[in-house]
Parts: sequence; C-alpha cells; structure tokens
Amino acid sequence: MHELSIANAIVEGVAEKAARCGITRVAAVHLSLGPLSGVVRDALLFAWPLAAEGTVAEGAPLVVADAPVTIFCSHCQAVTSPRSWRELVCSACGSAAGRVASGTELEVTAFEVDDDEPATVG
Amino acid sequence: MSQPRLVEVRQRVLKQNDLLARELRECFHRAGVAVISFVSSPGAGKTALLETVLTRLQPEYRVAALVGDLATENDAVRLARSGAPVRQIVTGTVCHLDAQMVQRALDGGAGFSLESLDFLFIENVGNLVCPSSYDLGENLRFVLMSVTEGEDKPLKYPTIFYTADVAIIAKMDLAAATEFDLEAARRNIQSVRPGMPVICVSAKQGAGLEDLLGAITAVRKVSEAARA
Ligand SMILES: Nc1nc2c(ncn2[C@@H]2O[C@H](COP(=O)(O)OP(=O)(O)O)[C@@H](O)[C@H]2O)c(=O)[nH]1
Ligand SMILES: [Mg+2]
Ligand SMILES: [Zn+2]
Repeated sequence: MHELSIANAIVEGVAEKAARCGITRVAAVHLSLGPLSGVVRDALLFAWPLAAEGTVAEGAPLVVADAPVTIFCSHCQAVTSPRSWRELVCSACGSAAGRVASGTELEVTAFEVDDDEPATVG
Repeated sequence: MSQPRLVEVRQRVLKQNDLLARELRECFHRAGVAVISFVSSPGAGKTALLETVLTRLQPEYRVAALVGDLATENDAVRLARSGAPVRQIVTGTVCHLDAQMVQRALDGGAGFSLESLDFLFIENVGNLVCPSSYDLGENLRFVLMSVTEGEDKPLKYPTIFYTADVAIIAKMDLAAATEFDLEAARRNIQSVRPGMPVICVSAKQGAGLEDLLGAITAVRKVSEAARA
C-alpha cells in the first residue's frame, strides 16, 4: 500500500500552502480522486489521520470527491462517461478508440480554515 | 462561533514526483539513453525476461539496469550474470519506485554514466497497484502479466495497464498447462486500454523475444530521430 506516502504528500502540500498564508490550523482538506489515479480511497482514508497527526491538518477530515472517468472519442469526437472504467468504450458511438479525458485526478482542490485565521495571501 | 472559509489549492498531490520525473526524462534525452521500465505482480517474470534482454542486446548496445526490491539483492545478482552493470535500489517498506529513488540511484555512482549507455532498464518492485501512480521519467513502460496469473489481471488492475505503454504476456510456455485463454486476455487488455500493443513471450524458451527486442530497439530509433 502506498496510501500512507500519498497521505503524507497531501499533508505536505497543505502544510506548505498554509505556512505561506500564515494559517496555523486547517479544519478540513478537500481532495479530488479519480478511479484511474491508482489510489484506493478507503486505504487513503485509513492512512490519513496518521499522516495528519502533529501537523497543521491534525484532526481535519479528508473530504474525498470522486472524479468521474470520461473519455474522448477519436472517431466521433464525443466526450462521454464509459459504462465502466474497466471498459473504455465510447458511449456515443461504441468505438474503442478512446483517450482518457478525466479520471486520473489525485489533486488537493482546497482546504477549510476557521474565519479567525489570516486571509489568504499566496 | 467562527465560520469556516475555503482556501483554494488546486495542486496535484504527486506534483513533486511528476516534476522530478520530467527532469529525469530531459536528462535521459540529453544523455542519449532510452529508459524502459518493467512492472508486474511479484513472480510474473520480470527478472528472467530482463536477464535475457540484457544478454541479447549487449553485443550491439550498451545497457545497464536498476532493480527495485523491498529487501533482497537476489534480482540484482541474477541480472548481473548478463555482464551488464546493475544497481539495486532497496526500497525497504516502500512498495514502489519513485522518481527520487531513481535519481538517487543514478547520482550515487551507479557504476555507469548515462552518457555511456544506449539503454537503461528499470525493474520496479513487484506490485500492480502502487507503481502506477509514479512516473519514473522512463520512455517506455512494459506491464507484464504471466499466464499463471489468469486472464483477468487487466480488469482487476486497470490503472497499471492504463499507465503502461505495452503489455507483455509472459511464461507462454506454460499457457497450455494452465489453460490460459489468450483471446480473453487480449480482450481484457483492449477493454481497459484500447489500442495497447501486446507481446507474448517465454523467457524460458525464447518465443516472442524478437518481437520484444524489436519494440525495445524501436524506442531508441524514435528518441534518436527526436534528437536529430
Ligand atoms: N516456465 C517459465 N517460468 C518462468 C518464465 N519466466 C520466469 N519464470 C519463473 O518464474 C519465477 C519468477 O520469475 P522472476 O523473473 O523472478 O519474476 P519477477 O518477480 O517478476 O522478477 C521464477 O521461478 C522463474 O524461473 C518463463 O518464461 N517460463
Ligand atoms: Mg524480480
Ligand atoms: Zn465515439
């Protein structure tokens, strides 16, 4: 499982941004996670408190938003969601000539802070 | 009571790895070395295949290998039998290689310089999940599945197939004994990665090696053309 290293990388990114803004406590962390990221949501949630402990994000929940898989079809140019991300077939024309347009996300989108923290600067 | 406020971040979690991988890729390109990695579950046959590939390429090309392993040096010893310089990356508890480990191995006096190589091979830690998240800066990534593992590996681990360039079906000499359904395997690969090239090999008996060597040397021709 590499979810602990992923969780650590999330904390690092958040801590860095928080430090730049003079923020000392983070209330929640928002993550966008695609099924093609290679990261398992439950394992990540399990590792999260351990990674956050002793950091600016200690006690903050990790809020995971599942990013949908979409594919761009080189035949009909449509961007569609395949029926399954294990079967990358264009939903519009049935061709298998798709390129993944989204679904690989592993991205910290935002974090929440209490209002008494300093305003964002960086 | 204070109200929560949202601070936008929009940052890829593995940004550091991706940036470093990009640096490595540029550095490989400048040195004129083609870098090719192998990923699979443990025991699918990466080391056996790589040993053969190193041996077969050497009369004509200058080759070297990095091999990731949790603890032992067994694979490095096996690969070194080919006569090529080999460097072990002991990952300890970490179940995948990342760009930094590759960079450290190369900086730490790997026993060869990139400039003196035509090909550098990287054997990743045996794992079909974790390596998929980490770009190593390689030019080509092979994912191996062996016939003893069944046909549905692509459906169970689509992400590793999605991040690899070419699929290798290994241990084809055992296909009949394990009643391996090659057409089903091909279908499953195409289902998770439409258009993915597939090469069937047996490291034991040599079947398919020419195809594999062809795919490997083609990478070099492409990168040479890009430099010219
Ligand atoms: N029959 C057969 N056995 C193989 C082949 N390739 C590897 N093996 C065996 O499979 C086992 C695991 O191979 P190894 O190369 O260590 O796999 P790795 O863990 O992916 O590096 C060893 O016992 C090999 O001898 C092959 O093409 N045919
Ligand atoms: Mg091995
Ligand atoms: Zn279409």
